[in-house]
Amino acid sequence: MMEWLALGSIAEIPALGGRYVDTPQGQIAILRNENDEVFAVSNRCPHRGGPLSEGFVSGKTVFCPLHNWQIDLEKGEAMAPDHGCVKSFPVRVEDQQVWLGLEGVAP
Amino acid sequence: MMNPVAVQHRKARLVVVGNGMAGIRAVEELLKMAPELYEITVFGDEPHPNYNRILLTPVLAGEMALEETILNPLDWYAEHGITLHTGSRVTAIDRVKRQVLTEDGYSAPYDRLLLATGAAATIAPIPGNHLPGVLRYRDMSDVEQLTRSSELGGEAVVIGGGLLGLEVAHGLRARGMGVTVVHRRAWPLDKQLDARGGALLQKAMEDRGVRFLLGKESAEILGDTHVTGLRFADDSEISADVLVMTIGIKPRIAIAQAAGLQCETGILVNDTLQTYDPRIYAVGECVQHRGQTYGLVAPLFEQAKVAANHLAEYGRMRYQGSVTSTKLKVTGIELFSAGDFMGGEGYEEVTLLDGSQGIYKKVILQDNKVVGGLLYGDTSIGPWLFQLMRDGTDVSAFRDNIVFGETHLGDSGHAGENQASRLADGAEICGCNGVAKGSIVRAIREQGLFTLEKVRKCTKASASCGSCTGLVEQLLASTLGGFYDSSPQKKALCGCTDFSHQEIRDAIIQQKLLSVRQTFACLDWRHPGGCATCRPAVNYYVRTAWPAEGLDDAQSRFINERAHANIQKDGTYSVIPRIYGGVTSPAELKRIAEVAERHNVPMVKFTGGQRLDLLGVKKEDLPQIWAELGMPSGHAYGKALRTVKSCVGTEFCRFGVQDSTRLAIELERRLERMWAPHKVKLAVSGCPRNCSESTIKDFGIIGVDSGWELYVGGNGGMKVRAADLLCKVKTHEEVLEMAKAFLQMYREDAQYLERTAPWVERVGLDHIQAVVVGDRESRQQLAARMDFALSQEKDPWAEAVSGRLDIHAAPLRRVPA
Repeated sequence: MMEWLALGSIAEIPALGGRYVDTPQGQIAILRNENDEVFAVSNRCPHRGGPLSEGFVSGKTVFCPLHNWQIDLEKGEAMAPDHGCVKSFPVRVEDQQVWLGLEGVAP
Repeated sequence: MMNPVAVQHRKARLVVVGNGMAGIRAVEELLKMAPELYEITVFGDEPHPNYNRILLTPVLAGEMALEETILNPLDWYAEHGITLHTGSRVTAIDRVKRQVLTEDGYSAPYDRLLLATGAAATIAPIPGNHLPGVLRYRDMSDVEQLTRSSELGGEAVVIGGGLLGLEVAHGLRARGMGVTVVHRRAWPLDKQLDARGGALLQKAMEDRGVRFLLGKESAEILGDTHVTGLRFADDSEISADVLVMTIGIKPRIAIAQAAGLQCETGILVNDTLQTYDPRIYAVGECVQHRGQTYGLVAPLFEQAKVAANHLAEYGRMRYQGSVTSTKLKVTGIELFSAGDFMGGEGYEEVTLLDGSQGIYKKVILQDNKVVGGLLYGDTSIGPWLFQLMRDGTDVSAFRDNIVFGETHLGDSGHAGENQASRLADGAEICGCNGVAKGSIVRAIREQGLFTLEKVRKCTKASASCGSCTGLVEQLLASTLGGFYDSSPQKKALCGCTDFSHQEIRDAIIQQKLLSVRQTFACLDWRHPGGCATCRPAVNYYVRTAWPAEGLDDAQSRFINERAHANIQKDGTYSVIPRIYGGVTSPAELKRIAEVAERHNVPMVKFTGGQRLDLLGVKKEDLPQIWAELGMPSGHAYGKALRTVKSCVGTEFCRFGVQDSTRLAIELERRLERMWAPHKVKLAVSGCPRNCSESTIKDFGIIGVDSGWELYVGGNGGMKVRAADLLCKVKTHEEVLEMAKAFLQMYREDAQYLERTAPWVERVGLDHIQAVVVGDRESRQQLAARMDFALSQEKDPWAEAVSGRLDIHAAPLRRVPA
């Protein structure tokens, strides 16, 4: 069952950057791009576990801060020449409020 | 402009005759050093922009398209403001009026002239040599003509069994023609191979369907309106539909000769590539230097670099001739040859012959040094052998095994400069991405990679922190030999823009761009969000140009500089407070110890820079730890001033002649919080024993009896570089001013992520000395700009503790399970 968690205002997430939330499903990176689109992916780079919430966000991509792997935020996949994927989570932004969708979690 | 000494010239005019690889490489090198110095005009008699002549063979063999060989598209000329005349033959140089004249009646005045006229194919002086169907193999039009002729099929005869002859034979055979190579000597490639190697090569080519007629002297080309055949001196004949002459090349010196420039085989030049007329330089195949002419690309590029250095008025390089090696570009045939490969009296040989595998190796030694060698079938040891030869290494320790290559040698012998070639295949080159030497070399060979960018893309090596870039470049150079093109193909900052670092910097200054966002918008960035390469660079350029008004964008800072701590592999951080000059106190040490204990810091370690590192700290604990330490940030995480290392000095040391600790503390207090293109390390030693290792620092200071010696551009780490002596001064104040001026010049001039060592090498010590030491006014201006920039910076830890700076330490939200 999908539960939506309120994360607060979009203003708390720096544009072209990110923050993270601690959840029972692990740390999740909440990333915001230049068009105020917000993405949520597991906060562990598939390469060496780098915190993606500290990476550079641009368009639909985040650059891992540890070794510069690029992760496609829509597919949750590392971009060539790297291989790997991260779990992505649904996000909704309504009235500047950010909501994160998690399976089976009571808010 | 930020450069205070940029003297306003009327722009001098540089005319380049020859639009080929040597001439344009010289122009590229020149643009790197002095992009604004000249108004440049290039004349080329071919209709194409500069293309890679080395790749004519793959084009002829149908393995590559013509367009893929273009090195500088027309846009490149336009972009750099170069006037290009293609299809325009220069017919005369008027040295009195200082202008060149073209066939079509055009004249162009010059202040400096660069001749890069190249060489032409030699045509044998035998009857019939101008018949239609007699072709050469020299440039793109020859390839086009050969390709057209091959479409009709039939028989091709190639006169000359040298490198070009075999390559053209291979190409025409690949296009389906019957091919016979006619050669005067007893075996093909006699300038690169001995009889045994020649026999192996002949067999391999014959297996590919190429026939050989050896020991044959051509006497007359037969035919009335078109080639029909060739008659030899022994009166035998062979029929031919196409005849290609590849008996050699000769430098094109006619216009130089007519202008009274001294010529022999080529245009005579000195070690600065100047001709008899000091305004006229010459590079490339048209040149004769110390009695040698060259037809390979590596020497031409070396010449181009030196000529450019002098044209740029740096005047600090000499060309001293090249040692060359050759490879044959026929698919599937591995051949390498260098130096004296024939041997004979006074020489010793080590050979290996494996006929069944088609492998032949021969190394020629003289006085236990490699003077030449040839490798056939397996050329893997070629680059190493070539290195031994160039370095003049004494090989007595491993001479018996030399044909097996260095992997069989253990650790003995060879002290070359090339660290990478000495490493075993399994050695890790790129520590970030775990890429071993073997996989890089394999990728270079198998995927035909020629540039650093391509290697990065295909293997990830050097794609992250970039600290192994030097090693990867060495691997490219040693794997490809002279074919490695070290100039980046695209000089754009990154894939988000076509502008170079310098163009972006100029725009930020001239158009007063005050933020990353503004810069991206103004310069039409392809991705409005930029990328991990351009964002930090542009943010740095904005802050350096506009220290007061420029916006420092946290999201364009690397994580370390955003969190003001060093991120570790597990996502924790390390905290290094500033300990000025490495001098601390019992009270300070107690405080650090207490903080570490209270927060259960997993590791406390002394750094290499004489301070203490608290490792394994969670991001959310950072502000609290900073508050409890009550010490300023050590900027150990930044592209910034790190430490000023010191020795004990006169205070206690019985050898000390200067008070090094006091100077180190002063320097660190005056320069702390300085952001830079890359990290900056200083050291002060109190006597020439140099215990602080000042000579491998970005700015190193050594106390001597009469004052201080100042060194710049040193580096430890993977690529060690000993610092250069900048100057000698007497007082602390002078040291401070020199340090500020040098570092400010570096801040304003170096590209983002360029350390001082490569920067000093790129711009030249002389230039830096002229600006920083030689010109009092420019020194003071630089120091003043540094002071102003530093006055705008606050201690980030204190800012964070007081709540004025938000590093987003805590999570957005915690959700209980």
